[in-house]
Amino acid sequence: MLETKGLKKQFLLHLQGGVRIPVLDGADFSVAAGECVALVGPSGAGKTTLLRSLYGNYRANGGAILVRHNGAMIDIVTASPRDVVRVRETTLGYVSQFLRVVPRVSALEIVAQAARGLSPEQARERAAALLTRLHIPARLHALPPATFSGGEQQRINLARGFIGDHPILLLDEPTASLDNANRDIVIAMILEAKAAGKAVVGIFHDTHVRDAVADRRFEVLPLQDAA
Amino acid sequence: MTDDTLLSARGLNLRFGAIPALVDVDADLWPGEVLAIVGESGSGKTTLLNVLSGRMAPQSGVVWYRDPQGHLADVHAMAAPALRALHRSDWGFVHQNPRDNLRMGVTAGGNVGERLMAQGGRHYGRIRAEAIAWLEQVEIDAARVDDLPRTFSGGMLQRLQIARTLVTHPRLVFMDEPTGGLDVSVQARLLDLIRGLVARLGIAAVLVTHDLAVARLLAHRVMVMQRGVVVETGLTDQVLDDPQHPYTQLLVSSVLQA
Amino acid sequence: MSGYNFAYLDEQTKRMIRRALLKAVAIPGHQIPFGSREMPLPYGWGTGGIQVTAAVLGPDDTLKVIDQGADDTTNAVSIRRFFARTAGVATTTHTAEATIIQTRHRIPELALREDQILVYQVPQPEPLSKLESSRAETKRMHGLAEYGLMHVKLYEDITRFGHVSISYDYPVMVAGRYLMSPSPIPAFDNPKMDMMPALQLFGAGREQRIYAIPPYTRVVSLDFDDHPFRTTRAPHACGLCGASDSYLDEVVTDDRGGRLFVCSDTDHCETRRAAGHVGAEGVAA
Repeated sequence: MLETKGLKKQFLLHLQGGVRIPVLDGADFSVAAGECVALVGPSGAGKTTLLRSLYGNYRANGGAILVRHNGAMIDIVTASPRDVVRVRETTLGYVSQFLRVVPRVSALEIVAQAARGLSPEQARERAAALLTRLHIPARLHALPPATFSGGEQQRINLARGFIGDHPILLLDEPTASLDNANRDIVIAMILEAKAAGKAVVGIFHDTHVRDAVADRRFEVLPLQDAA
Repeated sequence: MTDDTLLSARGLNLRFGAIPALVDVDADLWPGEVLAIVGESGSGKTTLLNVLSGRMAPQSGVVWYRDPQGHLADVHAMAAPALRALHRSDWGFVHQNPRDNLRMGVTAGGNVGERLMAQGGRHYGRIRAEAIAWLEQVEIDAARVDDLPRTFSGGMLQRLQIARTLVTHPRLVFMDEPTGGLDVSVQARLLDLIRGLVARLGIAAVLVTHDLAVARLLAHRVMVMQRGVVVETGLTDQVLDDPQHPYTQLLVSSVLQA
Repeated sequence: MSGYNFAYLDEQTKRMIRRALLKAVAIPGHQIPFGSREMPLPYGWGTGGIQVTAAVLGPDDTLKVIDQGADDTTNAVSIRRFFARTAGVATTTHTAEATIIQTRHRIPELALREDQILVYQVPQPEPLSKLESSRAETKRMHGLAEYGLMHVKLYEDITRFGHVSISYDYPVMVAGRYLMSPSPIPAFDNPKMDMMPALQLFGAGREQRIYAIPPYTRVVSLDFDDHPFRTTRAPHACGLCGASDSYLDEVVTDDRGGRLFVCSDTDHCETRRAAGHVGAEGVAA
C-alpha cells in the first residue's frame, strides 16, 4: 500500500544562518493493507518528520514515497501538488496532533465536511455517530471546538480523520491527550480499520496502545549531528 | 501550459518605473482549485491578480484562458467587449472593498440580479427569485432583498458582493483580500462561507492575501511573492509547514499566534 | 425675404447638420455629435429641433409646430413665425397638411405618412444620464450594448412601486440595438414610434447631439416579460370633443376644484369638433 525507498529529508534553516539539520537519510519503510506499523524511536529522532513526509506535508529531498492510489503506485516526492491533493482526497488520511480549524464552525460540521461520498445529511449522521462514540456528547456537537479541552479537540481530530474511510491512515500521537476509556475506543477504531483492510502508520507514545494495534515497528534513529 | 489548466501565465513582466512588480512570473490554475498568492506589501501580488484578470497589461508575457468550449484565448489580446463579457459571465472579481463592486443606491436584489439582466434576463419574477436564492446561499436574510446596501454591515456587504459575483456561475473567481478590513469574528464566518461555496460549486479561484491563515484555510496551492518574484510555490500546507525559501521561512515564522 | 439665408442657417451649417442626419439615419437610435450653432433663442427653448428643421426645410414644405401638442402656445407660435420669416414657407396647424412637424414633448394623434418628417426637440439625449454620470462610461455602454443598468432601474421601480414608474421619456430599444431616449413625450406616445411611416429626427441643441429613426423601424419600449409595457392615460373623455383615446391635458377651471380634461393635441380636437363630435363641456364647432 505504501513504501518508501531511500527517503532523505533535511531542514535548511536560512534564518539561523543556514544551519542544516538532516533528519532522514535513506529510510526504507513499508506498510501493507490490514497492517499497522508503529514508528518508534527517541524524541526528536524524526518520527513526525517521516509521517509528515508520507503525507506530503514535508518535502523530501531525495528518495521515493510510493503510494497505491487508484490501483497504481504514485510517488509523493515527485508528484505535482494537484496529484498530492487527489491522493489525500481518496487514499491518504492524516490525524494530526493539533486541531486547526476555522473559528465559529461547529464540531459536527468540521467532522462532516471531511466525509467522502456521502450526502450532507448522511455525513452529519455519520459525524454525530463518531463523535458520540468518542464520548463527545450531543450537546457539544453544535459548538465550535475552540473552547474545548485538549482531549476533546483531539477526539474531534480523530473523528475527522476516521470519517473519510481512507485506505491508508497516518496517525500522529492519536491518544496523547486521552484518558483510558477514550484510548480504548481509539484502539478499537484502529483495529476495525485494520480488519477492513486499511493500512495504518502511527506514532504511539503510549506503549499499551502501541502493543494493542501495531503489527510491526519501524525504528527511526537520530542521525549523527551535521554541521 | 498542460492540457487541462483553466488559466496559465508565462513570463509575466511589469515594472512601474524602476520598481519591479512582476519578474518572470509563471502561474497555472486548474479547474476547481484555489490558488493563493501571498506576500507582503509591494510583493506584486495584487499586480499579478490584475494582470491575470486582464485588468492590467504586462510589459511582456502572456495569460491564457481556456473557455468552456475548451478554446485557449490570450486574455490581453482579447477585444474589450469580449473581456468585459467574460468578466460578467464566466469570471468573477471580488474586491477587497465591497463598495467598489456594488451599487449602493440599488436594492440587494437589484445588485444580485444585475448580471442576469445584463445577460438578457427579462423576467422580473425569476430574476428576483434567483436573487433571493443567492442571498440565502450567502447567509443574508431573504427579507433584506429589497433593502439598500447602505443599511448593511461590512460583512453583509462583502457577502452581497460575493452573491452578485456568483450569480452567473463563474468558473473562475479572482479575490483581492476578500476578508481584509472586516472584523475578525466576521472574517471567520466569511472564510467558511467562501470555502463552502468554492467546494460545492467547483469554482477555481485566485486569492490574494497577506494573511497566511487565510491561505491555509482556503487554498490548495500557494505562491509566495517577494518584490515581484515568485520565490516559492506548492501545496499550501507544505509551503507553510516546510518552507524552503528563506523569505518563506521568514514569513511563516513571523506570524503571531494568538 | 428678410436678409437672412433661407431658414436662418448658412448653407455650410446645413450641410454639416445634414451629414450628421445621414449618419443618424444610417445608425438608428445612435447619438451623433454635431456642431450646434448660436441660435436666436437660449438653450432649453428648442434650438436643437430648430436646427434640424432648418437643415431639412425646403421652399415647398408646409411646416407645423406644436408644443405639448398645442399649436397656439407661445413657443409654438414663435418658432412657426421664425420659419415663416426666415424661409417664407407655408405654415399650418393641421397635421394632415404638414410635410414637416416640429414638436416638443408630444407625437400627434393622427397617424403620420411616409411623406412627412417629425422633428423632436430633445433636452437630454442620453437615456442613461440619470443612472451613470460618466459620459465616457455611457459611451462605452452604448458601444458594447451593455444596457443591464437600465433594466436594473426598471427592476427597482417594480420593487418599489409594483410597476415601472417612468411616465415620460420612457427608454426604448431601436432596431434591437441602441437604447434611446424618445425625448420627454408621455409613455402613452411610445407605441406610435414603432414602425412609423414618417422619418423621425431628434435634435438636442445644448447637448449637441442628433439621432434618428428611419421609417418603418422597430421601436420597443423596455419592459419585463412578466411586467409588460402599458400605456396610461387619464380615464376621462375630452371635455370638448369627447375623444376617449387621445392624450389629455388637465385644465384647472376655477378655484373651487373645477377641472376640465381636454385633448392635448389641439388640431386633433378641432378636427373632431369640426366633424361634429361634441364633448360634455363643449359646444359644436
